[in-house]
Amino acid sequence: MGLTAKPQPNVVSVDPTGGEGWITTRLDFLVNWGRSNSLWPMPFGTACCAIEFMASAASKFDLARFGMERMGFSPRQADVLICAGRVPFKLAPVLRRIWQQMPQPKWAISMGACASTGGMFDTYAMTQGIDTIIPIDVYVPGCPPRPEALIYGIMMLQKKIMKEQMSNNSLRDEFEADPTSQLYIPVSRIDELSEPFGNSVQQTRSGM
Amino acid sequence: MSAYEIIQTGTAAGLPVPATPRNVPNRGGPANPSAESLKAEFGSAVTRVEVVCGETNVYIEPTRAGEIVKWLHDDAGQSYEYLVDVTAVEHRDRDQPLEVVWHLRSLKFRRFLRLKALLPKGKPLSVPSVWPVYKGADWLERECYDMFGITFEGHPDLRRILLWEQYAEGFPLRKDFPLRGRFSRAEQLRQALSANPEARYSMEELSIADAFEELPLDMRARIRGGEATGE
Repeated sequence: MGLTAKPQPNVVSVDPTGGEGWITTRLDFLVNWGRSNSLWPMPFGTACCAIEFMASAASKFDLARFGMERMGFSPRQADVLICAGRVPFKLAPVLRRIWQQMPQPKWAISMGACASTGGMFDTYAMTQGIDTIIPIDVYVPGCPPRPEALIYGIMMLQKKIMKEQMSNNSLRDEFEADPTSQLYIPVSRIDELSEPFGNSVQQTRSGM
Repeated sequence: MSAYEIIQTGTAAGLPVPATPRNVPNRGGPANPSAESLKAEFGSAVTRVEVVCGETNVYIEPTRAGEIVKWLHDDAGQSYEYLVDVTAVEHRDRDQPLEVVWHLRSLKFRRFLRLKALLPKGKPLSVPSVWPVYKGADWLERECYDMFGITFEGHPDLRRILLWEQYAEGFPLRKDFPLRGRFSRAEQLRQALSANPEARYSMEELSIADAFEELPLDMRARIRGGEATGE
């Protein structure tokens, strides 16, 4: 009667009297365990981060240990999009379309400073963070991040997947882009995300 | 008969083995002999010749750039077979004219020549295209148009090459262009996302004329209709 707490999303509960039953939580665990340990990446390498990404996949760091056995260069057989490198505006519709071509369940990792924030490229040609184009699960900082950093980001993603619940399906909803503008987050938030920071404030003037 | 002509260069053409130049002065020094020939051939169309770091800059009248480049290419005594670059320079000083720069190299005579044409501010930025002489100038001039807004008269397909065709913010390498562009980030993203990345398929660009019958039906219909929408 109003005193029972609503089940927290992203919390696995084994209390049979709670909102989640024992069977569903065990099934959640099994499904999430399977998903998180067989992530197939879709590499979207556009710059130097892709070099570190290749190193992560190669023998010394060996992403295959984490279930990323297969690099899929087709978005239709991939689970996690790893955007490694800067994305200029001309590539924005391409990235958006690749994301839309990936089947659910799907996740995205933004690798490096440029993909996450625009980085040093605070210019007319560069998107200031790919989260203005597609939803991102994990941001990996670094310029470029070392393979250890990327692997840490992937392990964070695996932890995140382990907390997913079948009863809460909202994570799997496709976002609805505004049909006229193709944007999926409000204009004001894009401008806020793209606010310059650091020394780049000084570069606004054109000198004329 | 082959369409290609073998160019004898260097020692094969009877030239001495070149030595690396030492102690090249910043200004002055021996000029490229082509500069004198240009003066003799075109007279007042050659406004100034200077030697900078051992390389010769020849300033020419913009309107006559086409015929000067053609002569440099065709004349047996010049033989500039290779167009290295076409680019432009805008100086920080507002009153200084824009420069269009052609880098020419003669493989046969081992010469390098830099042509410059000055385009004053406040007038239409326009020079003749060198595409009729060097087909490789196609994309170089398109890039120059894309970045500086200089019109190359006689270019067969002068449109943007790096930015998308509907880009409305101006010409990014001009000094009056703000680094972040003129529109807000949201507006830039909106325009970019509404561009169609598959637009502008043409037979020539994709070299798919031979494989036309194997294309998907809808793409065939689009190309047949001459569609170039989107972007």
